[in-house]
Amino acid sequence: MHHTDGLRIADKTFTSRLILGTGGAANHVQLADAITASGTELVTVALRRVNPDAPSLLDVIDKCGVDLLPNTAGCFTAEQAVRTAKLAREAFGTDWIKLEVIGDEDTLLPDPVELLDAAETLVAEGFTVLPYTSDDPVLARRLEDAGCAAVMPLAAPIGTGLGVRNPHNLALICDNATVPVICDAGIGTASDAALAMELGCSAVLLATAVTRAADPALMAAAMRDAVTAGRAARLAGRIPKRHLAKASSSFEGMADL
Amino acid sequence: MNIHLNGRPGDAATVAEAVAAVTEAPRGIAVALNGEVVPRSEWDRPLQDGDTVEVLTATQGG
Repeated sequence: MHHTDGLRIADKTFTSRLILGTGGAANHVQLADAITASGTELVTVALRRVNPDAPSLLDVIDKCGVDLLPNTAGCFTAEQAVRTAKLAREAFGTDWIKLEVIGDEDTLLPDPVELLDAAETLVAEGFTVLPYTSDDPVLARRLEDAGCAAVMPLAAPIGTGLGVRNPHNLALICDNATVPVICDAGIGTASDAALAMELGCSAVLLATAVTRAADPALMAAAMRDAVTAGRAARLAGRIPKRHLAKASSSFEGMADL
Repeated sequence: MNIHLNGRPGDAATVAEAVAAVTEAPRGIAVALNGEVVPRSEWDRPLQDGDTVEVLTATQGG
């Protein structure tokens, strides 16, 4: 792997192409171990009411030496998401926002109309917008046109671990985008993350697959390796698929036996 | 002033007092007053009866 193969999003360059969501971890010790093992440089957090009894998540993130990407999880309207983004900017001093506008409680699929509306507003307000979107190539293009710094299509619905459900759409989005494509949500195991990278994604964002694994730190390391391997395979250029065999040992010089 | 503070009845004269009632954290806090963000530099703003104050911070989330 080339050392110069960094991931550039807006004004930042990352060495790691894995972004870790912090949701679902059983405790902060397990979370810190997973963050460290994953090699990530960017983790997501949600914005919620202060719980005076809870230990500080920001302290854990600081100790790990990683950047923070606040999200608008739980928002169902553009207005709610824009307000949440402004609160996150105030709380954390970053204009980066993982924009999430949900349209359905059961599937947690994005609401494309509200999402695009919120993205346009936040870009105009100077935010660096990373929208969680469905795997729709047209919507991805509209979000890019709106000025988003990346597009983050799902592999499958949040927390399902179903892996890349529509590889063709994901590849189309990657082929057409001029901003980084980050596969966000639905990853279940290492091969899912590798596939997303092989299809052309610039990075993978996952939480549940690591935080709810039986051994989160071990799965985090597996995801780190899968993302690296998938990226290398993408750059290396895979062989075309064939229907019939092609001998790798030459028939020339075969003995008469 | 009788206010709604993080979903519960509360009593505070200013935004800063409301924040102090729920947390001592020196950073990573944002305040919404009736849905609108109040920058830290304006936390001396007085509250009215019936105001809704949300004091928010980072929690685990994907």
